[in-house]
Amino acid sequence: FLGAGGGNDIQWCFSQVKGAVDDDVAEADIISTVEFNHSGELLATGDKGGRVVIFQQEQENKTQSHSRGEYNVYSTFQSHEPEFDYLKSLEIEEKINKIRWLPQKNAAQFLLSTNDKTIKLWKISERDKRPEGYNLKEEDGRYRDPTTVTTLRVPVFRPMDLMVEASPRRIFANAHTYHINSISINSDYETYLSADDLRINLWHLEITDRSFNIVDIKPANMEELTEVITAAEFHPNSCSTFVYSSSKGTIRLCDMRASALCDRHSKLFEEPEDPSNRSFFSEIISSISDVKFSHSGRYMMTRDYLSVKIWDLNMENRPVETYQVHEYLRSKLCSLYENDCIFDKFECCWNGSDRQVEFFSLCTSDLSTIVMTGSYNNFFRMFDRNTKRDITLEASRENNKPRTVLKPRKVCASGKRKKDEISVDSLDFNKKILHTAWHPKENIIAVATTNNLYIFQDKMN
Amino acid sequence: LKRKCFDGEEDIEGTLAGIKAIPSYNLQRQSLLDMSLVKLQLCHMLVEPNLCRSVLIANTVRQIQEEMTQDGTWQMINTQSTGQASLDRLVSTDILCRSSRDQVEGKHVPGYGTFNKDFESDQAQDSSETMSTASSVQAPRNLQSNMWEMENPQENKGNFQKSLDQIFETLENKSPNSVEDLFSEVDNSYYDLDTMLTGMMSNTKMGHCDSLETFSSPTNTASNSNCKSDLNDLDHIVEILVES
Repeated sequence: FLGAGGGNDIQWCFSQVKGAVDDDVAEADIISTVEFNHSGELLATGDKGGRVVIFQQEQENKTQSHSRGEYNVYSTFQSHEPEFDYLKSLEIEEKINKIRWLPQKNAAQFLLSTNDKTIKLWKISERDKRPEGYNLKEEDGRYRDPTTVTTLRVPVFRPMDLMVEASPRRIFANAHTYHINSISINSDYETYLSADDLRINLWHLEITDRSFNIVDIKPANMEELTEVITAAEFHPNSCSTFVYSSSKGTIRLCDMRASALCDRHSKLFEEPEDPSNRSFFSEIISSISDVKFSHSGRYMMTRDYLSVKIWDLNMENRPVETYQVHEYLRSKLCSLYENDCIFDKFECCWNGSDRQVEFFSLCTSDLSTIVMTGSYNNFFRMFDRNTKRDITLEASRENNKPRTVLKPRKVCASGKRKKDEISVDSLDFNKKILHTAWHPKENIIAVATTNNLYIFQDKMN
Repeated sequence: LKRKCFDGEEDIEGTLAGIKAIPSYNLQRQSLLDMSLVKLQLCHMLVEPNLCRSVLIANTVRQIQEEMTQDGTWQMINTQSTGQASLDRLVSTDILCRSSRDQVEGKHVPGYGTFNKDFESDQAQDSSETMSTASSVQAPRNLQSNMWEMENPQENKGNFQKSLDQIFETLENKSPNSVEDLFSEVDNSYYDLDTMLTGMMSNTKMGHCDSLETFSSPTNTASNSNCKSDLNDLDHIVEILVES
């Protein structure tokens, strides 16, 4: 019964790696976001240079039943350009902070991409035929002399090489004073929210000249500012419900039906601090870097610097589960503060609703059973909620052979280092995995290192 | 981020045995405060700095200030600071990372307003702290050469020193109530407080930022080792030795 046990029963194998082999990383190539579309056929990445690269999964080859389709480049386009804010004398980075796909309604695909200030709706469409046989034009476009036209014909479509075109259909600008950290599409598929450090706005996908401010935590006196918004997401099923997390480790759930401006939360999720663990860095490490609802919407997951927490929406006073990502870093917080690593924003994601897991979930309460998140040294971690087992894997070119099962890694926190273990002091803090994504339907994961995208799949027997 | 392992730690402990361990926690807390202020100052003039990061650092500064005020050590720092204060005092703050549970066998909680004399012995026992910036129990190998270094401060510190001094001047005020005092030197006529808190300092020039390449910048997380602070740590140890 493959996959029923979750993370550790899945044997992850290297499938592909995309990106430059060089150790010298070009700044523009740094991957800043990764997202599968709703079917999993497309995988989008955004980078610091403002580009979006979309990969498409090959149709499964019936004869090659032992591997799933490979992902190949489908479309590349420049989503955002650097801008200059003349009023503040500051550059606005073109880095893509988030990409979110819309569900597919027709032949074209749509996605939202955002940098710090502007959100854009992109249409990605295929063109694989073109009209030929015009009466007034030659094939090369030159106009014919009308006097030479003796017969009339109806132009017909003829096949051509596939061309994928990306065009910006909407530009949602000038609504954010601070840096956008999140976008989330509502379950009504008509509206979406965008969140910056202090405000959250609600947009209609068709309307670009207007947005509604639904959360505003900017104090009247900026000197009193002690807390910012770090992430926000709509509930997967309830179109009037959304959550936002803060730099103080709290999550607020808001209902848009309660009032126009959701400054008063409906629920406040916060775990009381452990007084024995208190230090000057307590607040910083409690800052939530990502929040994700489970598939059913009954749970949500938050990522802070050292852990992943699962919350039951019906219980505000503490998480139902906590998983330690890299607890061995707790004694190194000062150094991590000094080199700014303590401010790294790790994301987290749930497993997809794998068909086998779906069956198993009849016995459990939720399809969301496995949590994945990144760490340093190009390590990433998975936690299985059912078996309570966890695994550490590494995204590296050394495990390059397809269908080679990845070897689990272990970090030695203190004491004698066993063979194959890595000591904390040998970890490379420049190699961080901040962005990971899980295919919505299959056991395929995309893991972004600084400038490479790794694709792993489970070993199919 | 690999840390050098300093040799002769045991000899050093012997040397410093006579020195009171009490400054150790304060020293490190001061160092954390200095580091935080440097981080707030350092901003990329080109791109707006990360507000979340600035707020978290500012909150850390406030916490330290509050604790120091409760301690009564706030006044002590005022008398201690000299022209060379800031940059040189960036010693290890690893002791601050430890939870109160780890600090002491005797369970004396150094939370707010108290600290423990056994810090130094704990530090010696904790062999896994090689990641720290430097251990404050390290002494200079050659007292003589380090004193000489003290008298000839590195040239490229000059400009930065000036702006940090401006910050520390405000700290030395009799009643430094808030983080906002730090910004009092700045001409805010042009910028509103929004911009202030996002790190735009009109008195910080690119040159200052350049001279601090050993410190991480807000948007560049691919940083650094701290050779410079090692040297400064030694300077500071000398300061302690000389003063005692």
